[in-house]
Amino acid sequence: MTVPGELHYTREHEWVAVEGSTATVGITDHAQQALGDVVYVSAPAPGSKVTAGEPCGEVESTKSVSDIFAPVDGEVLEANAELGENPGVVNSDPYGAGWLFKVNLPGADGELPPGLITAAEYEELIASEE
Amino acid sequence: MTDPHAPLRRTPLTGVHERLGATLTGFAGWLMPLRYGSETAEHNAVRTAAGLFDLSHMGEIMVTGPAAAAALDYALVGQPSALAPGRARYTMICAPDGGILDDLIVYRLADGEFLVVANAANTDVVVKALTDRAGAGAQVADRTDEYALIALQGPNAAPILTPLTDADLAAVKYYASYPAAVAGHPVLLARTGYTGEDGFELFTRPEDAEPIWAALTEAGAGQGLVPAGLAARDTLRLEAGMPLYGNELGPGLTPFDAGLGRVVKLDKPGDFVGRAALEERARETPQRELVGLVARSRRVPRHGYDVLWDQTACGTVTSGAPSPTLGRPIAMAYVEPGVALEARQAGSDGGGPGRLAVDIRGSAEPADLVPLPFYRRTPKS
Repeated sequence: MTVPGELHYTREHEWVAVEGSTATVGITDHAQQALGDVVYVSAPAPGSKVTAGEPCGEVESTKSVSDIFAPVDGEVLEANAELGENPGVVNSDPYGAGWLFKVNLPGADGELPPGLITAAEYEELIASEE
Repeated sequence: MTDPHAPLRRTPLTGVHERLGATLTGFAGWLMPLRYGSETAEHNAVRTAAGLFDLSHMGEIMVTGPAAAAALDYALVGQPSALAPGRARYTMICAPDGGILDDLIVYRLADGEFLVVANAANTDVVVKALTDRAGAGAQVADRTDEYALIALQGPNAAPILTPLTDADLAAVKYYASYPAAVAGHPVLLARTGYTGEDGFELFTRPEDAEPIWAALTEAGAGQGLVPAGLAARDTLRLEAGMPLYGNELGPGLTPFDAGLGRVVKLDKPGDFVGRAALEERARETPQRELVGLVARSRRVPRHGYDVLWDQTACGTVTSGAPSPTLGRPIAMAYVEPGVALEARQAGSDGGGPGRLAVDIRGSAEPADLVPLPFYRRTPKS
């Protein structure tokens, strides 16, 4: 199970990569392992607004369906079109090709939005859940 | 009932699953492998090659004595007395009101010796009901702790098992069982399963489970054999249209509701528990029908979701999952018989766009009614 140190995390098992004024969002390796094979992803549509802490989509696996919680406030720039055809990349490459959507963070300029936790804090969280 | 606070019971193979890195889960009071890697890959391996399952959580109940056959004829809806030694039957045990207490496989091992295999969650209920219903001359004993149960399922099951056993597998019919040796250990070898594929179930002594698992793993290495968990077992049985207790079967349902009235032997001699209620139910117009649904979208109909006909609730999904074999989500559901008839008459498009649908978290997702099972293996010639 990997928890890349350069990313930020939510307590609901999303990761966030902030580059300039764009945040890329996905689910963690821990989350994809707990879910099992992902068969369907419903990400928020480009142009829609998401609110930190609110559900904005869902990830379905063989056994369950889970909400995706928006990690930040902002407008969705892009959803990962690849997931329509091949949702399994969320399992095989959760931090790379399995990203879910990108959000515009006006004025963020590399600053970390509030409410996110560090890789070390996230590792503690998943250790405490086991 | 299972005590939710009791520690989970380990099977004789739990250590093996842990070493394989399985994701373990609590199931009916037992710690069981949910999957070892990808449950979809495990499912596909069973369809195309072979899978190895630990089913040691299942209940093994021995019913013995000169009156054992008569006791089971009275306790169950089937007629175990008509089984020849070495044969097995799928059957059910019902309450006096006809409600299903459990579905079972009964193996007749000898004239006065039967092995009743119950679902893990219901083993205690079945032991109690059988004990209450057995008269003099029949003894009921829960022997679950004295058995491990390993299932080898898939088209390669027979080729994998053949070099390890003295049994002539070609002579072992479907729903037959024989005492045999596998890798030098004594087993009860049965040609049964819950996957829709050919395969075997091996009832072993607990101490023999690991060496038999290891021998099968080694023998299957070149033949696509993988360990498979409960997640794959559930999608395999769903594709095969097999009911699961707690989903398609339960105390509020009779075998007739589940489309399994054929297991109720109303023509057997003598009384049996549930007879009066089940005779009445057999005459009545059914209140519900168990049907198969294939979703048109990729969203999965799941247990408890409403089935809709013209935007009105007409039934409930009992089991649903993405089907690896069909590549679409599938479900079993109880619906009003009138709706099932109308949807069937309307044809393969389910009566035009979206008359039949499943309410998936607030969104009506169109589905098509299909005959069960979703999948049927092509028998080898």
